[in-house]
Amino acid sequence: MIKIDHLVKTYGTNYAVDDISFEIKRGEVVGFLGPNGAGKSTVMNIITGYLSSTSGTVTIDGIDVLENPLATKKMVGYLPEQPPLYLELTVEEYLNFTYELKGCTFNREKHLREICDIVKITDVYKRVIRNLSKGYRQRVGIAQALVGNPEIIIFDEPTIGLDPKQIIEIRNLIRTLGRDHTVILSTHILQEVQACCDRIIIINKGRIVADELTENISRAVGANRRFNVKICGPQREVLAMLKSKPGIVYAEALTTRDGDANVYMIESDVGIDIRKSLFYTLAEKNWPLVGLESLGMNLEDIFITIVDKSSEVRGRRDVKKKKAPGKATIETEVAEAMLEKTAKTKPSEIAGKSPGEKK
Amino acid sequence: MFAIYKKELRSYFIGATGYVYTGIFLALSALLLCYTTLQAKTYKTSEYFTFMIFALIILLPLLTMRLFAEERKMRTEQFLLTAPVTITGMVLGKFFAAFTIFTGTMLFSCINFFPLFSIGRRELRTAYPDVKDLSKFPHIGPVAGQIFGSFVGLLLIGATFLAIGVFLSALTESQLAAAVATIATILVMVTCGLLTQITDKDGQYLINSYAVRFVLNWFSVLSRYTPFTYGQFDLAAVVYYLSLTAVFLFLTVRVYDKRRWA
Repeated sequence: MIKIDHLVKTYGTNYAVDDISFEIKRGEVVGFLGPNGAGKSTVMNIITGYLSSTSGTVTIDGIDVLENPLATKKMVGYLPEQPPLYLELTVEEYLNFTYELKGCTFNREKHLREICDIVKITDVYKRVIRNLSKGYRQRVGIAQALVGNPEIIIFDEPTIGLDPKQIIEIRNLIRTLGRDHTVILSTHILQEVQACCDRIIIINKGRIVADELTENISRAVGANRRFNVKICGPQREVLAMLKSKPGIVYAEALTTRDGDANVYMIESDVGIDIRKSLFYTLAEKNWPLVGLESLGMNLEDIFITIVDKSSEVRGRRDVKKKKAPGKATIETEVAEAMLEKTAKTKPSEIAGKSPGEKK
Repeated sequence: MFAIYKKELRSYFIGATGYVYTGIFLALSALLLCYTTLQAKTYKTSEYFTFMIFALIILLPLLTMRLFAEERKMRTEQFLLTAPVTITGMVLGKFFAAFTIFTGTMLFSCINFFPLFSIGRRELRTAYPDVKDLSKFPHIGPVAGQIFGSFVGLLLIGATFLAIGVFLSALTESQLAAAVATIATILVMVTCGLLTQITDKDGQYLINSYAVRFVLNWFSVLSRYTPFTYGQFDLAAVVYYLSLTAVFLFLTVRVYDKRRWA
């Protein structure tokens, strides 16, 4: 559907996008992830025809964006970072203008009513956009992108500045749209892509640093075996029990306390979910379990690690003027990251057992 | 393009701009006509139209200052540029919206001439009370051909001013900056024509060099306007005004093209 081939965009000597290539299939929901200033918006702006690339090509359905912009623009609905609203118009006037601007030929009233129902703005249809809340404005922006029923919908940070309830609603909306549209979602919020997307492309400093299916990333995150547990009871005995319990390969008492509970860090054996049996054991001994906290890497950790790594690689490349080494898969990256993190907290013992060892 | 044209027309009258412009234009044109004809006890309208040119210098930037500056500030230009419209279509849509408002107020201000014509007719009647067919007698009253010529000339000059305003509006985010720059630019274009006509008491031109005068005159929008006031249709002048308009609209398109490639 969308094919991006060796895309480069420079501002002076500054590379905003540096040789990016990827392909998005019809019906895919792709998350475009990266820190601020990574080049996400630039790539989107090039796809939508707002900017031109310095070199490289973008084709949508086989049509080059630069050669036939009118045809490709018709296929793309775009919600920029700041929704492009004419504050002085009413929602009705605005959507009608959009309809005419995109040169649609459907049954206008029916089409607009459908869109309003999808994004739930029917009750503000006659109101002036200036008087709407941020959440509603965002929805009007999404409605604008949907006018003309484009096959591809691009959202640039659609949930920024919204309250948690609105964020959930917008995410649900994106997921719904993903059923029969190709969606590109740009964000720097990791949960968002995890919640909405089939595939994640991570970009940093203008280059792709990871391109993986969301489930792979989730699996990497889920493969966690370390917990902080808070247990009330005599510390020495509890620790002895934890150390001797089958399925636990490492246990340690931490110095922190929570009320009358001691905090312990444990690591379970590969492929074992220790939580249930731990609960029963403790219940038997009458040592109340008051807290159980997963210590695994969350998406933020993975993200930061990958991005930091890519910056290092990039730095090296710039000095030596050499091509960067081949892209590592997300799993190795994550494994390495975990290894590093574990090594930081507990040097030798855990590092040896972390999943990174296998690779 | 038509969608943008329609939306711009509507936008003028959603905010205050359209009303302010129309109000000031109509009041000012009526006032100027009173002073230059009725008060001065003459039927010659050429002075009225010359004053109107100066009024347009202030009035027309009101119409153009918003067009692109506002889009840029509100980030809505992204919306237009990612929609299936060409940049040329966008620029023309906006230009013609402004031009339509301008033409509309110009046409409306024509009712100012009715009293002038009726006074002229009455004077003719009183001069020759017994004659039925007045067409053979010397003409008293305003000359329709001259008014029409000046009107067309003013429309052309207005179009040029609007194009300049559109171009400068595309260069900045601030409406005020756009308006001030437009007024300044037009003022320079008008005054450089006046400058060539200044003479000292011996009849010597202030600007001695003929070449400089020629160049300044070429840029002056006023110098080509004179034939229109006689009711002459000067094709060269029409081409001059239209091409000047086209050049500035083309430059506006280039501004957007350039920004895309920057």
